[in-house]
Amino acid sequence: MNLHEYQGKELLKSYGVAIQEGLVATTADEAVEAFKNLQEQTGTDFAVVKAQIHAGGRGKGGGVKLAKNMDELKEHAGNIIGMMLKTPQTPGGLNGPGKLVRKVLIAEDVYAPDFDACKEYYVSILMDRERKCNVIIYSTEGGMNIEEVAEETPHLVHKEYIDPLLGLMPFQARKVAFNLGLSGQAFKDMTKFITNLYKAFVGADASLFEINPCLKTGDDRIVAVDCKVTLDDNSLFRHKDLAELRDTDEEDPTEVEAKSFGLNFINLDGNVGCMVNGAGLAMSTMDIIKLSGGEPANFLDVGGTADAARVEQAFRIILRDPKVEAILINIFGGIVRCDRVAQGVVDAYKNIGDIKVPIIVRLQGTNADIAKTIIDESGLSVHSAILLQEAADLVKEVVG
Amino acid sequence: MSVLVNKDSRIIVQGFTGKEGTFHATQMLEYGTNVVGGVTPGKGGMTHLDKPVFNTVAEAVDKAGANTSVIFVPPPFAADAIMEAAEAGINVIICITEGIPVQDMVKVKAYLNNYDCRLVGPNCPGVITPEEAKCGIMPGFIHRKGKIGIVSRSGTLTYEAVDQVTKAGMGQSTCIGIGGDPIVGTTTKEAVELLMNDPETEGIIMIGEIGGSMEADAAHYVKEHGTKPVVGFIAGQTAPKGRTMGHAGAIIGGSDDTAEAKMKIMRECGIHVVNSPAQIGATMAEVLGK
Repeated sequence: MNLHEYQGKELLKSYGVAIQEGLVATTADEAVEAFKNLQEQTGTDFAVVKAQIHAGGRGKGGGVKLAKNMDELKEHAGNIIGMMLKTPQTPGGLNGPGKLVRKVLIAEDVYAPDFDACKEYYVSILMDRERKCNVIIYSTEGGMNIEEVAEETPHLVHKEYIDPLLGLMPFQARKVAFNLGLSGQAFKDMTKFITNLYKAFVGADASLFEINPCLKTGDDRIVAVDCKVTLDDNSLFRHKDLAELRDTDEEDPTEVEAKSFGLNFINLDGNVGCMVNGAGLAMSTMDIIKLSGGEPANFLDVGGTADAARVEQAFRIILRDPKVEAILINIFGGIVRCDRVAQGVVDAYKNIGDIKVPIIVRLQGTNADIAKTIIDESGLSVHSAILLQEAADLVKEVVG
Repeated sequence: MSVLVNKDSRIIVQGFTGKEGTFHATQMLEYGTNVVGGVTPGKGGMTHLDKPVFNTVAEAVDKAGANTSVIFVPPPFAADAIMEAAEAGINVIICITEGIPVQDMVKVKAYLNNYDCRLVGPNCPGVITPEEAKCGIMPGFIHRKGKIGIVSRSGTLTYEAVDQVTKAGMGQSTCIGIGGDPIVGTTTKEAVELLMNDPETEGIIMIGEIGGSMEADAAHYVKEHGTKPVVGFIAGQTAPKGRTMGHAGAIIGGSDDTAEAKMKIMRECGIHVVNSPAQIGATMAEVLGK
């Protein structure tokens, strides 16, 4: 689960991490109020208007603007709120439709008054799958795309691995600050920043923190100017407060709906829909569709308890996509009984009424023979298969 | 022969009296698995499915001689259950539970370094040695005793491979579901190594998916130490970048954890890679000349 920048910053602040202060607004008028309050709170002269969407590279698409007075602020806020912001990370990239901006963060100008004395760094924390521990990745090359830095100047990207049972040790926080070339107050501030940032990462069960840029200000303070926070969905049961921060406006509405029915659904661009039990088999079924001359229209795992109601919901969701020319149902019954799924398919067919696209049903495993009888005797124009290869051949016949 | 579990394994179920534990322990018993009891804290002294219930794993080890545990404990308590099993001296810990927080597993992995035990999973279908021991949630009836070892990160896709192997007239030595999480107890390479060293296993099927570098590590092992044919498949050739495909561990992060990149490395290391998941069994039969 991803957080907005302003939510991530609030989380960091609650752990004592210094942040670029800011207030959220959903209209230009609110933005004006926010700027007034921010000026009282921080004494900032200028403000940065930052679009709050779940995508990076917002500045590139015009979603981040500096306002030097109230008029500029109102203008920028008015322009950004409601815009379809295109960034390299929004669907379809800079040529795609973009994402609707519903909120802006009015943030203090932390580069003032001495812009030239400021220095941007990069800090992130994530779980390293190879070493099976958390790692702090940091670099003097802040404010840039870290993948490019790692590619071109790998010696400027440092890593600090954290012992899972001990946690971050003080010498490690010092090492980070020294390696970034800091001294004096900035050095002290950075060790505190890193220490508290790691506490926040573990405390919130995060899977990614990315602070880019992490700024040394003209007066030697260290502050998080931007932050990307991803939380571990599996841990949300013990973070009810953080779970509430989920912004479903940022997610695909169909995927949100599917989730409410216990379906794991991801919308894709192809012409063959699929309904499968199990994530690995679902991915493989997409691959089979491609190999048979089609393109997968979705990923859909109906889970371990696929019953008639769930099958019907899954059908309705897949059929909503006008690009879908055929549907492949691929169930390997273990705990799931194939005859129940078959009944679900038959019921769904009757309840939904006129299904125009051809349906290929492949049921294998527990009670597969009974299932085939149910499908064959239903009188529905369904292509039925038992072996996966037969299903693949049928897909080829229908769309290939 | 087989690996990890066999007819002599003394198996307990953690989360024995819960809904999942009861359902699957029943199936395991019906398959003929040597389940010697179970653990549910606070229910020690009871009898469940005609087997003794213990309060702690240590007690199950002490009184029932348990050496293998299958865990069905819910996610908030699963990490604790794994560590309890390790501390009690269980050798093979198979954790079925899906949805354990990643930071819990980071701690578990570090904790297990101090114990002589093997964890399989979490978020896996379990381990089965056909006609001897079924330790997990896989449908027993699709398996046949035989000489093909199977390693997989998936559940139903493993069943698919098992079914193809059985239908091609072969059987399985041991099938190891290593799990779909970012951190798992036994890696693809470790599972392949177990089967490579098993004298009764003649061929190995290795099923991976997008995300991480486990398949590449296993492929390099096969190239260096392989003595038996390996057939491989990677799920997610059509998966979009940056999206988690059902399994928490199935996410394409960079250019080297795509299905294409993994399949290329596997081919270079001498693994018989199939593009279609429908061809796993037939390819193994062909490679073995059966």
